[in-house]
Amino acid sequence: MTHDQFEVLSNQAIAICGAAYFVALLLHLAEWAAGRRVPVDAPVAATVGAGAESRPTEAAEAAEVEDHDAAEKMERFGRWGLVATIVAAGVHLVAVVSRGLAADPVRVPWGNMYEFTMTGTLVVVAGYLLMYRRFSLQWLSPVVTGFVLITLMVDVLLLYTPVVPLRDALQSPWLVIHVIAAITATGAFTLGGMASVLYLIKERWLERGGSEASNGYLARLPGLNELDRMAYRTHAFAFPVWTFAALIAGPIWAQAAWGRYWGWDPKEVWAFITWVVYAAYLHARATAGWKGRAAAIIALIGLATLWFNFVGINFFFGSGSQHSYA
Amino acid sequence: MSEPTSSDDTSGVPAYGHTRDTETGAAPLAPKEFLRWTWRQLTSMRTALILLFLLALGAIPGSVIPQDNVDALLAAQWRREHTTLAPIYEKLGLFSVYDSAWFAAIYLLLMISLVGCILPRTRVYLRAALARPPKTPRNLSRLPEYRTFTTDDESDAVLERAQAALRGYRVDRHDDSLSAERGYLREAGNLLFHLSVLIVLVGFASGSLLGYKGGVIVVTGGQFANVASQYDEFDPGTLFDDKNLKPFSFKLTDFKVNFIKQGREIGMAQKFSAGLDYQTGPNAKQQHTRIEVNHPLSIDGSKVYLIGHGYAPNVTVRDGNGKIAFSGPVVFTPEDSSFRSSGVIKVPDADPKQLGFRGEFYPTYGFTDATGPFSAYPDAKNPALVLLAYAGDLGMDRGVPQSVYALDTDGLKQLTKSNGKMFRVELEKGQTQALPNGLGSITFNGVDRFVKLQVSRNPGGWIALLGMILALTGLLGSLFIRPRRIWVSVRREGGRTVVEVAGLDRSSGGNLTDRVDDLVGSLEEKKA
Repeated sequence: MTHDQFEVLSNQAIAICGAAYFVALLLHLAEWAAGRRVPVDAPVAATVGAGAESRPTEAAEAAEVEDHDAAEKMERFGRWGLVATIVAAGVHLVAVVSRGLAADPVRVPWGNMYEFTMTGTLVVVAGYLLMYRRFSLQWLSPVVTGFVLITLMVDVLLLYTPVVPLRDALQSPWLVIHVIAAITATGAFTLGGMASVLYLIKERWLERGGSEASNGYLARLPGLNELDRMAYRTHAFAFPVWTFAALIAGPIWAQAAWGRYWGWDPKEVWAFITWVVYAAYLHARATAGWKGRAAAIIALIGLATLWFNFVGINFFFGSGSQHSYA
Repeated sequence: MSEPTSSDDTSGVPAYGHTRDTETGAAPLAPKEFLRWTWRQLTSMRTALILLFLLALGAIPGSVIPQDNVDALLAAQWRREHTTLAPIYEKLGLFSVYDSAWFAAIYLLLMISLVGCILPRTRVYLRAALARPPKTPRNLSRLPEYRTFTTDDESDAVLERAQAALRGYRVDRHDDSLSAERGYLREAGNLLFHLSVLIVLVGFASGSLLGYKGGVIVVTGGQFANVASQYDEFDPGTLFDDKNLKPFSFKLTDFKVNFIKQGREIGMAQKFSAGLDYQTGPNAKQQHTRIEVNHPLSIDGSKVYLIGHGYAPNVTVRDGNGKIAFSGPVVFTPEDSSFRSSGVIKVPDADPKQLGFRGEFYPTYGFTDATGPFSAYPDAKNPALVLLAYAGDLGMDRGVPQSVYALDTDGLKQLTKSNGKMFRVELEKGQTQALPNGLGSITFNGVDRFVKLQVSRNPGGWIALLGMILALTGLLGSLFIRPRRIWVSVRREGGRTVVEVAGLDRSSGGNLTDRVDDLVGSLEEKKA
């Protein structure tokens, strides 16, 4: 295949994976809609078991059968949603790889914001899929697929750039190291941020009298402690990676390319701000009075600074930043 | 993803420093107590958190307002454009946020708070690190994980097997039980991380105190000697002595850049490289090298970087008497990726009046009515100069330092045609144009290139790097090492051995259950 054909392939793959994420999102929404008719504490197996033990009235039996059907439906939707997500992620990977092959000479697909966003969203999906089983992440599915779908749409509509060779400043092995770390950390922080958002929503909902006994999406979310722990684990993974990306690999490369390892360039300033805010998050989680809600809010402030750094800096300070391509 | 653990300890060491957030001082305090109270407040976690936020907030203005030591030209321009705000900002140090007293105050307070935290914690830790695992509690069944089973094995055999299974633990054997603990390094990692932040700060500070950064523009064929006066921008550290500049010098022999000529990347510049003939000292042998982006030249710890390039049109200006008042290349700074460049030509030696020109250079000149003059391509395919001309007093004798890129038009009058219409110098390569009123002429001889080089020295760089690597190591330890305690106790009952196993995680998020199950499995294994 020629470079041009790879570029076409990449563009088509992005469109296809977008559609697949959309299907996945619909399936997950259907899953949770079906879930409204399934009691929270009655997963499929339990419903079957309960019927055998007691001697229910006919009406209750009918209701149970209905519950059972709904539960099965919910599970089916969830499973197909997951399958759609896996397919989408595969096509997504094709899009990223062929984007790199489309350049002449072949290069890593991290030369501009379109490519960063494309890779970053793939990291989010990959992280979600890797942790899916271990942390039973069904509840995160609609959030992840919805987020990735919207981000990819924005990416294609607003940030699309045709394939061009890397500029000189980017031709360094540190591009691979620095950018892989930065994108990985960004993806993980984003996943952690989702857990923190859900934590805040659920906390507020509980405070306003939401009941764990209802059947809605919020009731099906893990408990507050578990959400908090999931958020913490993801952040605790992302923070050292970010430390490496922004405060070790970045400065080493900057020393080689620009003659200073730290120059208070706007992108550097905001990477530092993000680091400080997430450091505050880790400290807050261990401090009385800051646990829980305050820590979740700090995590989201951190995420906001991270995204602002990624998108905002380029639009507001484009010419003033040495990172204007990123 | 590996398994991070929560840092919320379930027992033992307080989360931060020796103070908790329980101070409720109401009564008036004696000076000594006040000091102690202040110290406790300062080293409390809440204060540390607030200082962290202040640090983040304080860093923001530096990314919004042009900084003197990041982009001096931009900062100067901003000052000119905002005459009301500039003096206020100046007072607040907003043009050099990261050197300002208030920013320093935030991070120094944070560092003091940090020291106040890690000193007592180190003391506590040293004691804890040498301590033996705590004695077996009487009632193991109260611990978070608890298993019990009976076996025919002798008690000693069971305990020995347990000891073997608990590899990596510090194990104490008691009469009829053993206690084991591991994860001592978690707190060490935590302390190392905080200590390393100080190391990074020392490295960073020594760089900005003892190092320097200079920018210089050199036209091809031009020379540079490493003395402060030769720099266009020179930003020495507070304690830097100009005498410490290494006595190297170089000549820019050539500059190469490859503009992509076709396809959609047309006009993109690639593979810049500058040829340098350099000498490490006045009597040293001359050597030749090429520097590129990402590939600087290193001389005696100073590094020379290629960071930019552009055009320097070569012009000759004759004055009203026909005498050559100026001849040579003039640096025009690039304005966009097509290398439309703007610049100023000052001719103080012209008689009877000093002459000045301000305008733009187009490497590949194009013109439409809609856009006016523009550059169609960044390479010098069809170079042209379009300038406005001024005559009068350039104001260079007033003792106020002037930028070579700006024309002070206060004492100057813009030249117009004799009929009063607008006059513009429009030159293609090789052309000469006469100025109105017999003030002289200007010739566009050709195009030279210039490179923007940065010379810098960062003596503390490796300290900062070392500190950062240590910090990351410590961070990983403090996030992923899980302190854990395990106890195994045995007692004989009716000819059999009753074994009790219990575990306690001192950080949350671990898989203690699995670990205790594994241990029980390995103890039961050889029964019967």
